[in-house]
Amino acid sequence: MITENVVDLSRWQFAATSLYHFLFVPLTLGLSFLLAIMESTYVMTGKEIYKDMTQFWGKLFGINFALGVTTGLTMEFEFGMNWSYFSHYVGDVFGAPLAIEGLMAFFLESTFVGLFFFGWDKLGKGQHLLITWLVALGSNLSALWILVANGWMQNPVGADFNYETMRMELTSFGELLFNPGAQVKFVHTVAAGYTTASAFVLGISAYYMLKGRDAAFAQRSYTIAAGFGLAAILSVMVLGDESGFTDGEIQKTKLAAIEAEWHTEPAPAAFTVVGFPDQDAMVTHHALEVPWLLGLIGTRSNDTPIMGLSEILEKNRLRVKNGIKAYAALHELRNGNKNDKTIAEFNSYKQDLGYGLLLKRYTDKVVDATAEQIEMAAKYSLPRVAPLFWTFRIMVVCGIIMLGIFVFAVIASSIRKCRQNWLLRASLYMMPLPWIACEMGWFVAEFGRQPWTIAEILPTFLSASSLTELDLYLSLSGYIGLYTVFLVIEMFLMLKFIKLGPSSLHKGRYHFEIASGEAL
Amino acid sequence: MIFDYETIRLIWWALLGALLIGFAITGGFDLGVAILLPFLGKNDIERRVIINSVGATWEGNQVWFVTAGGALFAAFPMAYSVAFSGFYFALLLTLFALFLRPIGFDYRSKLPSQKWRSNWDIALFVGGFIPALIFGVAFGNLLKGVPFYFDNDMRIFYTGSFWALLNPFALTAGLLSLSMIIMHGAVFLQLKTVGAINQRCKKTVAIFASITLVIFALAGIWVANTDGYHISSSILHNAPSNPLVKTVDKGTGLWLANYANCPMLWAIPGLAFITGLITLLLSKFERPGWAYISSALTLAAVILTAGVSMFPFLIPSSSAMNNSLTIWDASSSLSTLSIMFWVTLIFLPLVITYTSWVFQILRGKITQEHIRLNDHSAY
Ligand code: HDD
Ligand code: HEM
Ligand code: HEM
Repeated sequence: MITENVVDLSRWQFAATSLYHFLFVPLTLGLSFLLAIMESTYVMTGKEIYKDMTQFWGKLFGINFALGVTTGLTMEFEFGMNWSYFSHYVGDVFGAPLAIEGLMAFFLESTFVGLFFFGWDKLGKGQHLLITWLVALGSNLSALWILVANGWMQNPVGADFNYETMRMELTSFGELLFNPGAQVKFVHTVAAGYTTASAFVLGISAYYMLKGRDAAFAQRSYTIAAGFGLAAILSVMVLGDESGFTDGEIQKTKLAAIEAEWHTEPAPAAFTVVGFPDQDAMVTHHALEVPWLLGLIGTRSNDTPIMGLSEILEKNRLRVKNGIKAYAALHELRNGNKNDKTIAEFNSYKQDLGYGLLLKRYTDKVVDATAEQIEMAAKYSLPRVAPLFWTFRIMVVCGIIMLGIFVFAVIASSIRKCRQNWLLRASLYMMPLPWIACEMGWFVAEFGRQPWTIAEILPTFLSASSLTELDLYLSLSGYIGLYTVFLVIEMFLMLKFIKLGPSSLHKGRYHFEIASGEAL
Repeated sequence: MIFDYETIRLIWWALLGALLIGFAITGGFDLGVAILLPFLGKNDIERRVIINSVGATWEGNQVWFVTAGGALFAAFPMAYSVAFSGFYFALLLTLFALFLRPIGFDYRSKLPSQKWRSNWDIALFVGGFIPALIFGVAFGNLLKGVPFYFDNDMRIFYTGSFWALLNPFALTAGLLSLSMIIMHGAVFLQLKTVGAINQRCKKTVAIFASITLVIFALAGIWVANTDGYHISSSILHNAPSNPLVKTVDKGTGLWLANYANCPMLWAIPGLAFITGLITLLLSKFERPGWAYISSALTLAAVILTAGVSMFPFLIPSSSAMNNSLTIWDASSSLSTLSIMFWVTLIFLPLVITYTSWVFQILRGKITQEHIRLNDHSAY
């Protein structure tokens, strides 16, 4: 039996391992690009300092990359290990982008990353630069394909349920690839990665300037990071807004939950800046509202209403009832009763089959569900509002703060001498913000999809593998234990090399070497 | 070219085999090298020579494994879900061991402390040893059959335990994969090194090539005398994937039925023996480049031997035989298989081309001199 606990533990494990993976991913995505930019500057100007920059930031990139790969391995196999019904039910569609990711992106990135580190003497300048760009391209392609896969879970287009195989099957690869949900996700996420890497380089360069070390090196790194970062954070915000708009079209429930929009308001709806959502009473206490704003963001118009949660609940109640009919017809078909009438009956209700499956949480006999069970299933079809409401606002606030700092950083670095201490300190202390924003963003995206793994098609609690609680306690503690040790080691090395700075390259030109006379 | 469902299922069975063999040939040598690290490297600089012989390429090699996982998911999703949830702890152990490699390679030489470095050497050894063993154990268990069944909704239930995976036959298969991976690693290392390490490699190749051939022969005799599986009803090769509508039975020696039906197939295990011997000789007479190719052929032939004897089974079920997964009833839909075929047709040759180019750039021996000169940038 797959108990409720097994499902919860599987969810905790997936959330823990994927959020952990995403501590390293955004830095890889962005830093690979920054390295390519720095090296391009080196090749164009011929100035050694840009080569040193590429190599030093490349060292930090390497330390981060190792853990990105380590934790990514888990993700690739976790679908089969912990979500085996999910893997069976949607593998026909979902497996394809994952396999393409390996063929097209991981091979590219991982084959050339070795040459990036070890090819400096073996390759011509132009050749090495090409390698660096290919690594950046590879990591960004990997984001594309994994987000096509993830985007499909949020908005499952281009696929159809086949009762003979009892699973979803691909009907249009084009729709899968050009899924609007996946497109906005991709651009918002990679831009978040660029922001993260820029904040990383900006903060560390500011630290060297505050310490008065390696001024030329730090100044140049700061300037590149500031420019790239400003462009990135602007994209993140514009594309985040686009994500909200897309949610308004394809994930109405998620948008309503993020905004704590309990009831459909006359258009254009007000935007709740802060407040305390109360799920049972379906109101937000102490709400501070800006009139019109939500309607404009969510629908790009001033006369289309945004559907509120209570209306969605009402619709879902009906869909659960239709789901029962779909489920009944499906079982007729599975039992070999394949007459035209049953097939027609199934086809007319099958878009609600997922809602029928929700009832499995309350009864084994879906067909005989009571009114009470139907009511519970309908309530269960809405995500919990308060966590979404808050995590979303944390992400946005992080974005606004970073935007401010990047703007000043660009101004400061274009007026060459302007190096106010407050700005350098702000750049340094801002470093955790992009990571916080990224983790919050994934929480919004994934928790907002609950109770589904595949939106409106496959409930999360059905997706899990038939493991025991003991299995999961063991694996979860194994992951947490190992990952903690790895993180400690990684942070230790990171900090050590950050403190050493470019002196760690042993070029004889930098702070500690000059101080110790090694340069002579 | 549009393929029918039957043909494309066959093609995907072959492609999956190709990815696994690709991993064995490329990833195999760096696993082997990691296993040999504490034994063939007597001091820090020798160990760094060994590590740097694979330092720039192991990462790309590992992607063969990742991609084989992804391709199994895309082409035979039921096999992916049954195998990975059924072998939960075996896989978990493999993953935990593989974790040690990226950080082991990358972090080991970043600090001068001897204690730090020797701890990472152990980690790298574990990261090579456990996966090399478990891959074989998993294959052995596939041949024996895995206890699982489907319920009415196609949910999968596994009824075995982790300890049952460690049966004598599977352990033998584990030793086989371990020894051939060590052989392959030693051949590669012989190719990349000079002097003392190079000589130690020669001995290692001789030992492990012999062990591989002995265990391979033993495993063959064992398979001939244990139960194999066989589809006893008719099965449509182009029907929608549904593993619940056939009957399967068991019988001694049935895993050799394919060889009996088509005697030409005996060439495959034959090739394994011949190339194994040739590897040994080439290594002895200091032709490590050719020995590497011959060793790669041995690995490929051993894997193919197992694959062919099971065909068309992917995962036979020992507890509910009729629920066994075969390539005819556990695959993705025709359209997914076709699209993925074209994608693979474009990208796999591309991957092989640029991988060869990278190996070409990195050709040549790694010497102690090289490590001293690159003290701060080498692994
Ligand atoms: C391709 C698919 C995919 C991708 C790219 C991601 N996830 Fe996801 N996520 C799932 C597929 C998924 C899932 C398999 O569907 C889970 C497991 C249980 C569930 O409800 O959805 C899930 C759950 C899940 C949860 C738990 C939600 C809950 O149980 O309430 C979190 C916090 C995340 N994910 C976070 C992430 C992060 C940080 C990712 C970036 C690396 C990420 N997801 C990528
Ligand atoms: C949950 C689904 C995910 C799976 C199955 C997955 C799988 C993997 C695997 C197997 C690797 C290691 C590849 C290698 O050996 O080189 C990896 C690395 C990577 N992944 Fe993920 N990943 C997931 C989510 C994501 C997301 C959402 C992104 C980005 C948007 C991402 C971006 C990357 C990048 C850039 C790398 C390169 C190494 C690094 O991160 O430092 N992954 N991933
Ligand atoms: C004004 C600022 C922002 C807005 C309006 C915004 C909006 C959104 C929305 C609506 C989602 C959910 C998408 C979905 O599930 O459909 C999301 C997800 C996400 N956000 Fe943001 N965001 C903003 C800032 C940021 C910042 C600054 C970062 C990080 C640097 C970030 C990183 C992410 C990530 C990693 C995800 C998950 C991937 C995805 O679903 O796209 N966001 N964002």
